[in-house]
Amino acid sequence: MIEIDALVVGGGPAGICAASTLAEKGLEVWLVDENDQLGGQLVKQTHKFFGSKEHYAGVRGIDIPQKVDLCKVKVLSNTSVLGCYKDGVYTLIIEEKTYIKVKPKGAVIATGAQEKFLPFEGNDLPGVYGAGAVQTLMNKEGILPGKKVLMIGAGNIGLIVSYQLLQAGVEVVAVIEGADRIGGYWVHSAKVARASVPILTNHTILKAVGKSEVEGAVIAKLNSNWEVEPNSEQTFEVDTICLSVGLAPINDLLWQRGCQMQYVKELGGYVPSRNKFLKTSVDNIYVAGDVSGIEEASSAMVEGKVAGLALAMDIKGENFEMEIEQAFRSLKWLREGETALNLRKGLEKIGVIEC
Amino acid sequence: MLKTVGIAQKDDLIEVMPSLQRLKQGPVAIFECFQPIPCNPCENSCPKNAVVIGEDINNIPFVDHDKCNGCSKCVSVCPGLAVFLIDLSKDKGNVTLPYEFCPLPKKGEEVYGLDRSGKIVEICTVTNIRTAKSLNSTTLLSIETSKDKVNEIRFIKLKEENNER
Amino acid sequence: MRIEKHPIKSFKRGEEISFYYNGEAVTAFQGETIAAALHAAGHRQLTKSQKYGRDRGLFCAIGKCSACLMVVDNVPNTPICTTKAKPGMKVFSK
Repeated sequence: MIEIDALVVGGGPAGICAASTLAEKGLEVWLVDENDQLGGQLVKQTHKFFGSKEHYAGVRGIDIPQKVDLCKVKVLSNTSVLGCYKDGVYTLIIEEKTYIKVKPKGAVIATGAQEKFLPFEGNDLPGVYGAGAVQTLMNKEGILPGKKVLMIGAGNIGLIVSYQLLQAGVEVVAVIEGADRIGGYWVHSAKVARASVPILTNHTILKAVGKSEVEGAVIAKLNSNWEVEPNSEQTFEVDTICLSVGLAPINDLLWQRGCQMQYVKELGGYVPSRNKFLKTSVDNIYVAGDVSGIEEASSAMVEGKVAGLALAMDIKGENFEMEIEQAFRSLKWLREGETALNLRKGLEKIGVIEC
Repeated sequence: MLKTVGIAQKDDLIEVMPSLQRLKQGPVAIFECFQPIPCNPCENSCPKNAVVIGEDINNIPFVDHDKCNGCSKCVSVCPGLAVFLIDLSKDKGNVTLPYEFCPLPKKGEEVYGLDRSGKIVEICTVTNIRTAKSLNSTTLLSIETSKDKVNEIRFIKLKEENNER
Repeated sequence: MRIEKHPIKSFKRGEEISFYYNGEAVTAFQGETIAAALHAAGHRQLTKSQKYGRDRGLFCAIGKCSACLMVVDNVPNTPICTTKAKPGMKVFSK
């Protein structure tokens, strides 16, 4: 059994910022990530980020991990946390072979999120991908998923991935969206639209066509009650259907440890109950990033900082409230604006902000 | 329209257009940023302090076109690729746009000028290409357009689309 | 299809290696996942559904969805989307 100050689970935007913050406060930190490369989903974000200087605005997501100071953090890549137990012990498996136990004084769980699915005929055909998978293949591995793509979902991810597909030389036949409006930022839709990609709101996918892989997609128009309008079907010849219909928190560890969880639709599903310092119902477990509710990477980084500072306060007994207040202000700015309305509703339900 | 299909319309654009007098004086930045986004690199990039966002980074940038000298720093810095330069001071119009595709056209090459919905407007000539490390992979492409098309053309397409992508 | 030219990223590929997929030799580059190499080699149909034998492809590519589990060097249920291809590796879709 190895005793350390702090364990951070997940090396995405939230986790690296939590680990960096904890180390900066002089704590012995382990950062555990199941991939061989830190950064989580940042490693496939080829676009420039919004925000202000403190959120790495204007920096491409792929370049952010290198900008976070982790030199005092012990990084365990290719390592999975198998479980965490009531006695505060975490079991880790390194490189699929070395099994160890760690007992930290506190932990930040920043395990991120995974793609949601959509029910439609033929949705199990090869060629139906989650948007994240398309990004992984294309921007991390440098391999194209197909030649002609239909994008489902006009939120930020759907729009950004459509743009990235165009950049990689893939044809995007259309972006369709069930709602009556574009969910993502209009600057993202503008980039896609001017590259001749139609964005069809009030449209849904009816089925994926193909025998052993995707050869086409049938879409249709929806009326204001979300019902399919008769005779509005349209068929696209595509080899790839990309789903960008939301993300769900990867919360297994929190369930296992017995953290109190609550279902908040606006935050993507079951999320841990927590106070505004991101402390869960279990005394020394904090959360940050998408596992605590689906949000942008910029806010995940600030949340990582908040959780890191709060846990450092617990462990060291020193006061970092000034810095936390500053991070709260930063978070507040990131959560303003009409596109974050839904998110604010979710955060209000969980009791960490007042609308 | 902006909300449903993501394409800015005349009404949206009137709000962000410089005065006719300013347009005639030389290149000037057009901000097609119509929605609160927590984002402010444009404000920090402007050497003339012509762009103001303020403490709330969700504010839509206010641009003082009379202070703007058309230096293009904001064009390359905007993460949303929503800033363009237009120039109506010469015989022909000129549009500078952020471009993140390959291959790049060559200076002097003829390309299709596309509007905000991706429709071909006219054939334009590339007058300048700026790529620099500081631009962080966003190329600044300047194209010569008809004078009455500077407010329509916002993207390009290479004439030879069978290029080896 | 491997991306050769990209406006933002350059893809540094490792040494060329080969592994076996259902007995057939597949070329990959060191550092690539099995799923990526199979895609580059044109295999998008990866596994079959258990009950009806329907073709299954890649879905999440981050080791979470189980769509791409294969037998890799005798280890069943290996997510090929997060497992790197190694020289001589034996991968079976069933």
